[in-house]
Amino acid sequence: MLVVNFLLLAAVLFCIGVYGVIARRNAVLVLMSIELILNSVNLNLIAFSLMHGSVDGQVFALYVIAVAAAEVGVGLAMVLMIYRNRRSIALDELSEMKG
Amino acid sequence: MTALLLAIDDFNVAQNVAFGIIAFMMIVAALKVVTTNNVVHAALWLVLVLAGIAAQYILAAAEFVAISQVLVYIGAVMVLFLFGIMLTRAQIGKESGLNNKGWALGIPVALLLLGLMGYVIIDAYEDTVLPDRGPAPTEALSDQFLSIYLLPFIALSFVLLAAAIGAIVLARKD
Repeated sequence: MLVVNFLLLAAVLFCIGVYGVIARRNAVLVLMSIELILNSVNLNLIAFSLMHGSVDGQVFALYVIAVAAAEVGVGLAMVLMIYRNRRSIALDELSEMKG
Repeated sequence: MTALLLAIDDFNVAQNVAFGIIAFMMIVAALKVVTTNNVVHAALWLVLVLAGIAAQYILAAAEFVAISQVLVYIGAVMVLFLFGIMLTRAQIGKESGLNNKGWALGIPVALLLLGLMGYVIIDAYEDTVLPDRGPAPTEALSDQFLSIYLLPFIALSFVLLAAAIGAIVLARKD
């Protein structure tokens, strides 16, 4: 297999995730798009780990998975709190701090 | 690139066909995640993408990471997402207003980024062939974790602890 296969697939997923972060208004959907981005980076790390024949890439991928799990936990707790205070999780309505 | 593929001695047809099918499925599912009008459907399409990623890890000979992906993402993170959806929304069906007003701006940005990254990747790694190694033993992975990566490993466990406590504090009722 060519390493380009994995890298191009990861690039496509990354760009779809970036589109989701820009286009979506619902906070939960933005968090899902961020998961897409993190997973595409993990795919890159695994492909490079196989290419160089060392397990360091897999170690980094596991770290990324753990940090992503923590991020989702805290992020969803924040979304829940915003929903409780405002009855809406539309991100464009959270603009009080705009100057 | 086709000539190069045929020139490889150990060109594994089954591996490449499996990669292509799974990659196509993942891209379709990822597009559905960012375009669908139903938040629950978006979460279920995301499951398909994450499962496809786990399958690609197995193709890339990273079994332990694949199993962690299934356990952590499909098992835990998706349940969290579904809880988040259920707790923040009353209605389950289709919904309007999931996209920003300027959502169309995302398309040129994503395409531009894809063009740039695709050019750079193909330019740099055009004829690099992945060696046909067997799966990396989990032993090697644990040796790395418990020797040179021990300090970040311990730090990461504190990060997870802090995140769990922080989530509880944030989501408490009082």
